Amino acid sequence: MSIRERLSGNEAVAFAMKQINPDVMGAFPITPSTEIPQYFASYVANGEVDTEYVPVESEHSSMSVCIGAQAAGARSVTATSSCGLALMFEMLYVAASSRLPITLALVNRALSGPININNDHSDSMGARDSGWIQIYAETNQEVYDNFIQAMPIGENPEVRLPVMVCQDGFITSHAVENIELLEDEKVKKFVGEYNPENYLLKKENPLAVGPYDISPYYMEHKKQQAEAMKKAKKVILKVSDEFEKISGRKYGLFEEYYMEDADLALVIIGSSAGTAKAAVDNLRKQGKKVGLVKIRVFRPFPMEELAQALKNTKAVAVMDKAESFSSCGGPLFAETRSSLYDVENRPKVINYVYGLGGRDITVSHFEFIYDQLNEIAFTGNTGQIYRHIGQREKDGDTNEL
Amino acid sequence: MIKKASEINELTPWQEMTIGGEIYEGGTASLVNTGDWRTATPIFINDKCKHCMLCVPFCPDSAIPVKNDKRLDFDFMHCKGCGICAEVCPFEAISFGKGKK
Repeated sequence: MSIRERLSGNEAVAFAMKQINPDVMGAFPITPSTEIPQYFASYVANGEVDTEYVPVESEHSSMSVCIGAQAAGARSVTATSSCGLALMFEMLYVAASSRLPITLALVNRALSGPININNDHSDSMGARDSGWIQIYAETNQEVYDNFIQAMPIGENPEVRLPVMVCQDGFITSHAVENIELLEDEKVKKFVGEYNPENYLLKKENPLAVGPYDISPYYMEHKKQQAEAMKKAKKVILKVSDEFEKISGRKYGLFEEYYMEDADLALVIIGSSAGTAKAAVDNLRKQGKKVGLVKIRVFRPFPMEELAQALKNTKAVAVMDKAESFSSCGGPLFAETRSSLYDVENRPKVINYVYGLGGRDITVSHFEFIYDQLNEIAFTGNTGQIYRHIGQREKDGDTNEL
Repeated sequence: MIKKASEINELTPWQEMTIGGEIYEGGTASLVNTGDWRTATPIFINDKCKHCMLCVPFCPDSAIPVKNDKRLDFDFMHCKGCGICAEVCPFEAISFGKGKK
């Protein structure tokens, strides 16, 4: 029987780590992910895990610890946020290109500057091309479940890629919610042992990791990474099927909420999907055909699947909790609109950048957005495609909806 | 399907290269013709050499082979032409000049 508890998202991740009992943790604090290594330190001190806990001097080093350990044959984890992820940037690429399935608990927080400690997705979106699998959560339950699925995905020999398990800073990381935990034994059995074919400490088989790649070799290794990322999609779905068997909770590449007959849809990532669902519920009660797609897996991006989910809609708003300063929309927008290109009678698509630096987005904001979509579907006129919502304006304040 | 470094070259397709460029044996740098970089070359003058072995540990590239207590001619596949050997030789048994040889 599963265990009913109430935990913050950070506690949930630390608890999942405890159940997994990884070999090494590279630990460095940064708001709002600090609690993860903090809780885990007490598990180490109490002898509840036998993880080698390595407190380092920076996030660049915590990722380096994970890279060294994982290459040596040890399962390693770390946690970070925001500028911590930015400081890891160089090593994120090294981990991915060395094909080391490290698991990183990312608690999403806005990047400086201006300095800000609250939630948006600018940190992980900045690392979206680093070669890491990225899985996002709406709730504490989801981040716990995603963390448990991360290693069977990343360590699969067909994949061998590091996995970033993302949750929204403070919103889920610090808010306490009811949660169903799995028994230790179930988790241990599900995650299994880390048994790479080759590793540095395997004395029968000397190994060098991360050699210099001159131009006649580099591109072939990047092609290998790209192919592994494609294969990851199938493995993610296989692992979620297996996870459903032990938990009863079903996961896919994304979640569809009232999409069967939806004319108007949102595409969104993370905790704000909960708020958007409340708007969907309200509008459904009024008989409006609205729905939403909550992206769970952003890397690999579920391009064909998303196109299928959206192909019968009339208008779509893509919600980006990160600016990309492309001057024409955020990263989720770019991917979503690209996925719709091959759809016949594709819907009109607009982009809203929202929630930057922890700016609230409310049910009425989402109702307003669906209203905008309704107008676009009715008139066939998209109007401005790249929009922001929630900021103060001289006239027509979108923060006061 | 584990490939040795010597089996991988600039014609190997990505499907047959090791994952992440992993190298499954030691000492593979010796397979690479790094002597190609050389723009100046030491010349070993056998008659003057007393085989004191001072040049051998000074060579940063292990490019001076030793056999039966005798130093042999340079390993030009790996010598980068830094000239340290010529500098340290007490017997002027190594001359040094521009060119690849």
